Formats: sequence, C-alpha cells, structure tokens
Amino acid sequence: MTVLKVTNLTKQFGKFKALNGINLEVNKGEVFGFIGPNGAGKSTAIRILLGMLQATNGHVTIFGKDAWQDAVEVHKRTAYVPGDVNLWPNLTGGEVIDLFIKLRGGEPNNRRAELIEKFSLDPTKKCSTYSKGNRQKIALIAAFSSDADLYILDEPTSGLDPLMEQVFQQCVVEAKKEGKSILLSSHILSEVERLCDRVGIIRHGEIIESGSLQELRHLTRTQMIIETKQPITGLTELDGVHDIETNHQELKFDVDTEKLDQVIKHISAYGINKLESAPPTLEDLFMRHYQVTSNKVGG
Amino acid sequence: MKTWFAKTGMLSSFIIRRDRLRIALWMIGITFFSIIVPIAFTGLYNSQAERDSMAATMMNPAMTAMVGPGDLNNYTVGAMTTHQMLLLTAVVVGLMSCLLVTRHTRAEEEDGRLELIRALPVGRLAHLNASIYVLFTMNIGLSIMIGFGLFALDIASMDLEGSLLYGATLGATGILFTCVTAVLSQLVESSRATLGLSIAVLLISYLIRAIGDVSNEVLSWVSPLGWVTKTEPYSGNEWWPITLLIGVSLILVIIANYLNAIRDLEAGFISSKPGKKHASPFLQSPIGLALRLQRSGTVSWAIGMLVIGLSYGSVLGDLESFFAGNDMLKQMLAMEEGYTLTEQFIPMLMVVIAIIATIPPVMAVSKLYGEEKKGRVEHFLSRTVSRNKVMASFFILSMGNGFMMLSLAAVGLWIAAYTVMDQAFSFSMIYGAAISYYPAISVMLGVALLLIGWFPKFISVVWIYVFYSFVVLYFGGLFQFPEWIGKLSPYGYIPQLPIEESHVIPYVSLSMVAILIVILGFKGYKKRDIQS
Ligand SMILES: Nc1ncnc2c1ncn2[C@@H]1O[C@H](COP(=O)(O)OP(=O)(O)OP(=O)(O)O)[C@@H](O)[C@H]1O
Ligand SMILES: [Mg+2]
Repeated sequence: MTVLKVTNLTKQFGKFKALNGINLEVNKGEVFGFIGPNGAGKSTAIRILLGMLQATNGHVTIFGKDAWQDAVEVHKRTAYVPGDVNLWPNLTGGEVIDLFIKLRGGEPNNRRAELIEKFSLDPTKKCSTYSKGNRQKIALIAAFSSDADLYILDEPTSGLDPLMEQVFQQCVVEAKKEGKSILLSSHILSEVERLCDRVGIIRHGEIIESGSLQELRHLTRTQMIIETKQPITGLTELDGVHDIETNHQELKFDVDTEKLDQVIKHISAYGINKLESAPPTLEDLFMRHYQVTSNKVGG
Repeated sequence: MKTWFAKTGMLSSFIIRRDRLRIALWMIGITFFSIIVPIAFTGLYNSQAERDSMAATMMNPAMTAMVGPGDLNNYTVGAMTTHQMLLLTAVVVGLMSCLLVTRHTRAEEEDGRLELIRALPVGRLAHLNASIYVLFTMNIGLSIMIGFGLFALDIASMDLEGSLLYGATLGATGILFTCVTAVLSQLVESSRATLGLSIAVLLISYLIRAIGDVSNEVLSWVSPLGWVTKTEPYSGNEWWPITLLIGVSLILVIIANYLNAIRDLEAGFISSKPGKKHASPFLQSPIGLALRLQRSGTVSWAIGMLVIGLSYGSVLGDLESFFAGNDMLKQMLAMEEGYTLTEQFIPMLMVVIAIIATIPPVMAVSKLYGEEKKGRVEHFLSRTVSRNKVMASFFILSMGNGFMMLSLAAVGLWIAAYTVMDQAFSFSMIYGAAISYYPAISVMLGVALLLIGWFPKFISVVWIYVFYSFVVLYFGGLFQFPEWIGKLSPYGYIPQLPIEESHVIPYVSLSMVAILIVILGFKGYKKRDIQS
C-alpha cells in the first residue's frame, strides 16, 4: 500500500528550479532512504511533503490526502524531525516535548519516559543550554513517542554521537516492525544502507536512481584484486573494466557489475591464484554520482 | 479552510505562558505611567490659573507638532493629560505591539521554530492568528486597565466616558500597529526588516501627523496617529476614530492572513537578492563585517534622522510667523535677552533629537552581544582576532554612527529651517547645539559597552537608561522634577544651547567618564566567557 506518493513534483524559487519533476513512492512498513549531495533538493522536497512549501507543479499525496490542502489531517499521522532543531531558549526540554505531544492531541505517555531514558536526555535543562545533539534528541523523542504512521526525518542524526545513533537506529527498526513508514534523508550512508529498504538518489532536483539496494548495486562497479599464474593481457581492451593498478603480481581494478560475467570468463583463462572482490557499497554508488555532480560547476 | 486555524487557541496560551513576564511588564508599565501623570498634574497644576498658563506656553506650532492639538481653552486636568500624554503613550503602545508581533511571527519563523510547529497538526494560519489574538487581548486588557484606572483616580474632570475613551484610544492604536506589523512580517524575510519597517511606519505616521497638525489638516487624516488625537478624551469624547482604527485593523488582518495563506514558509514577497560570490577585501576585517551587518539598518536610520530634522525644521517657520502676530505672547515668553522666541525652542528639539540619535549607535554596539549569542563572534575569536579588536570594531563603528545620526538630524533641521524662516538660523548655531550632545551619547555607548563586558545578559538596561533620560529631560519641566533627577542622565549636563552659555567643563568631564567606562568595558570583555 502506498503511503506517500510524489508525482512530477517541481519547485521553482524565482528563476531557480530546485526540484524538477521528481517521482517518489513510499509504501507501508517501508524505510525509504533519500540521499543526494548538498543542495540537491532533499529538504525542499521534504518541506513540500509537509505542506510548508507549495509545489509549483505536480502532486504530493500522503495517506491519500493532498499534502498542501489537507496538511492538518496529514500531520495528525506524520512526525517530522529536521536536521537543525531550534527551540525556545527559556523553556526546558521536557516542556518542549510535552508541548509537541499536546499539539498533536496526545497525552504524555510511557513512551516519552522510556525514550528520554534511552536517549539519556536531561529534560529539566533550559533549551538554551542544550548542545546541538541534545536539541536533536528532543525532536526525536517527541517524534517517536507519538504514534505516527509516517516519519519524515531530514538528517535526524547529524548531531548525534555513535551511541545515540544506535539508539536512533533501534527506534527506526522498531517503528518499521510496527508497520510504520519512514522517509529518511541522511548523509550517513552506512545508516541508510543498514536501515533502508529502498533508496532514491537526487541530484540537481532530479531523481537519478531509485530502487532497492540490490537493484542499485547492479548499476555500480565491483572492485577486484586478482593474481594469475600467467600475466593477463587484453584486460584494458575489455569493456567495463576501469582503473587498473598493477602491484607486483597483483592486479587491482573495478568492473561494471553488469559486465562481471565476461570479465571473469576472460581472466579465468590465465589461471587464478587469488581472487578478492568487494561488493559495491552505497558509498561507491553514491561517489559515482557525487563525482558527476562536482564536475559540473555550481549547484 | 476550516483546518487552517486549527489549534490557534492552544498556540495562544503557549505564547502567553512563554511571555507572561514580558506581557505583564509592558501592561503594568504603561498603565502605571498613564495613571501617575494625572496624579502629578493635580499636585503640580492645582488651580485653573496654573493650568491656563501652562496652556498658554503650549499654544504654539512647535508644541502642536510634538504632542498634537488639544483643548487648550478648557485646560482641565483631564484635557491636560490627554493633550500632553495621549499621543506619546499611543506611540509607546504602538512600539510595544511592533516589538511583540515581530517576536512572535517573523522572528519565530526565521529561527526555524515555526517549522517544528507547522509540522504538527496545526493550521497554516494558526500561529499568525495566535500572535494577533494575544496582542489584541493584551491591548484590550490595557484599554480596560487604563480606562478604569484613570476613572478610579476620582478627579473631577476625568469622567467615566473620557477615561474609557482614553484607554480605548491607546488599545486601538496598539491593535492597529499589531496588524501593520502582521502584514509587514508576511512581506519581508527577516525579523530585523519586519521590526525596522514597522517602526518606520510608526515614525512616519508621527511625522506626517506633526506636519499635518501644524500646517495642513488633510495630512493628519492620512496618519493613524492623527486619528488618535481626534478622539479628544475628556473634552470632545469622539468615538468614531476608534471605529476607524479598528476597521482598518480588521482589513489588515485579512490581508495578513491572505498573504500568509499563499506564501511558503520562511519566504516573503520582497525577497533578498543573491549576494556577492566573494567578500570584498573590506569585508574581511571585523570592522568591515560589523559595518556590512548593519548596512541597511544604518542607512534606514540615517534617512530617518534626516527626515526628523527636516520635519522639526519645517515647523520653525510656522512658529516664527505665529510669534510675529502675537504680541501678548511675545511679552509672556520673552525671558531671555538677545534670543528670538523661536530660538528658545531649539533646546527642547535638540534633547529629543539627541535621544533619538542615541538609538541607532546603541543598537549598533549591542549587535556585538547579539552576534555572540548567535554563536558568530566565535568565528573571529577562533581566527586570531583578539577580543579587543572585535569589541573596538563595534565600538568605533557605533561612535561614528552616533556622530553621523546627530549631524544628519542637525543638517536636516537647518535646511528646513533655512527654507521656511524669514530670519534663518546660522548653521553653526544649530549644528553646535546638536553636536554638543555627542559626549552624552558617548557615555551611553560606554554604558552599553560596560554591560556587554561585564553583565551581557542585562544589556537591555541601557535601553531603560535611554528611556529614563528621555522621560526626565522631556518631561522634567512639565513635572517640575528636582534638578538631581535630570543629573542622573548624561544628557542633563549638556548646556541648553543656544539660550545657555556653552561651558567646556561638562563636555570634558562627560568625555572622561565615557573613556573610563569604555576602558572598564574592554577589561570585562577580555576576561569573561564567550557565550554561544
Ligand atoms: N527559499 C529559497 N530560495 C531560493 N533558493 C532556495 C530556497 N530554498 C532552497 N533553495 C535552493 O534549493 C536547492 C535545494 O536546497 P535543499 O535545502 O533542498 O538542499 P538539500 O538537498 O537539503 O541539501 P543539504 O544536503 O545540504 O541539506 C539549493 O540550491 C538551495 O540553495
Ligand atoms: Mg537539507
């Protein structure tokens, strides 16, 4: 079942096109990773999902309702955590969490106490004295203590320490188990890799890849280190082989995953002594797209 | 549409809870101020004869420009309170509304807190309307407190209707400026611009009314502050200006809501232009940055000071011809040898100009702490720029700022006076009278620096001191304050040029005091923790 559906979404800031016809879908019980270089348009898209910005073109429906028109209805079942959490300097953390729970129409519950404990937050301090990570914890606690059906998280862990990062990941896994949907935008790719079922990569306001990690892996290269009995010839002419490095007998190179079969066939003819291959990580996948980005000027 | 206002009530009580102290202080302060005045007047101007002679000194274009028209022929304690206080208190109530609305609308949005609220099941327009609602309630509360408070004084000339009208006039002014600020906060993207523009509207309304009241009745009709004096509590008791103020307010509320409904969060309609790609070499020093940060603010204030000078100057022509045709008054007021009657009004204008000219430089130097709170001073201090240098940059800049503001007002005043008067003032007299306040402004800047150096949390104390100075100098004569009360303000030591003689001693000693506290301020700033 589709919880969130984005069709042909375009957002224009004056002459600048921040989003250019993006399409997305998040299903029930799914964690969707939303990644892309700085300024790609992730936060812009998320703010449109939340009905804070109005789409120039295209539609966003969440739970079958329009994200702009029916924002209040949608928000009753949605929780949001931004990357930069700014709070009221002279309220305490506990007061802010309660305010958020109350504005959602809920009552302080044991989830709240449990999460405060888990994230080891001192809720009695004034917000002006919290560190960045602690402010973020407040937004996370408020979000996860609500029983939302969709969580929209925009770099929710940019200030958390590794220990808290783990607590966060637990929360996401639990939410997923309960059948909730999560849209997670993050620059921490190991986190996305661990948590997400599907990933969408956005660049210059366009979705350039999307699918399950399995599917996306086919689009990238596998790194291989081999040692053969006889010196290999003709590898450079082979389609899909890149960045060959020779180190004594060892050869190190990258292979387009779709060309793997041909390459193995070719090298096996030379008698293999050693073969190591590293599967492409999300990072590799991402780097390829990043590099294309940074070659272009501006952004 | 129905859900656009969802949770307005809850957000209103949140605003009230968060700001209860601030709200209480404003309301009690203004009410106290309003009620204490007629008490003082009953004590000081007990007989009708005393009040009539006060009325006679008020009966000239310069005073009308300052405080607006009044019922001078029937100058009861009530009429006197209305004439002397109503307009000025209305300006203060307007200022309160501008400050609070900006704080709860655009500032909240700019700092990203509204984003968190808007992500909750809260209507798109709820936050704006909660702020408006709180301010409406506050202003209505203020009207009632002042209205019944004045009536409770049990002064013969202050009946119930007049008292309630007096309160209602103030409240309606607050409501109007609430709505003006609400609209402006939709148009521009920063809270500084919102506040700057709304205060500019307040100031321009005041000046248009001043010129209108003196020379052109139609002009007064353009300004909402012109409507304020038309209520005439305790004499004419006109209620229709209240209807006018509220009616315009309601239209503005609709406009503000409409603009808010169609715009993006954190966006405005007058958007900021993309800036330069590289910092000019000038920007790369702390003083350059300090200047750049306040460029648009400084330019707006500079224009404002020039306009204030021009407006006051333009009144002097009317004043001159008024005296020329009034021999009786000439005799009554001719106290000082060798000075024209018009010249006698210069000191009063200069005090007001000097105190207004203190506001922008104090704002400029306070910015040092503002930047610190936002964690931006760290960028300098962590890059081998010493604290002394950072503080000196802001200080020198604000000194320059003060000098410029004072000079511009003086130039404006002289130009306008030169154009409209038959016997024009010499430029050196006007400019000298203005610039003689510069040592006092330096002391104020020193006080600000001292607070930033030692007690940065209490930086707003300097504003209380500025306000105190204004009250004791502007009202010192009216309320017959003892001399020492005026001497608690640095402005109280400045000779009243041109009617008093100029002495070197006050200037030198004020400058010494300024230097001393500035040094202390630097010492404190060097030692204390930088906050973030
Ligand atoms: N209000 C605005 N006016 C003009 N341009 C804007 C506005 N908001 C965002 N942009 C531009 O839109 C683009 C996308 O910004 P967005 O914040 O969505 O990026 P992002 O993918 O979230 O980046 P990051 O990873 O750094 O958070 C950027 O180039 C940004 O400068
Ligand atoms: Mg972002």
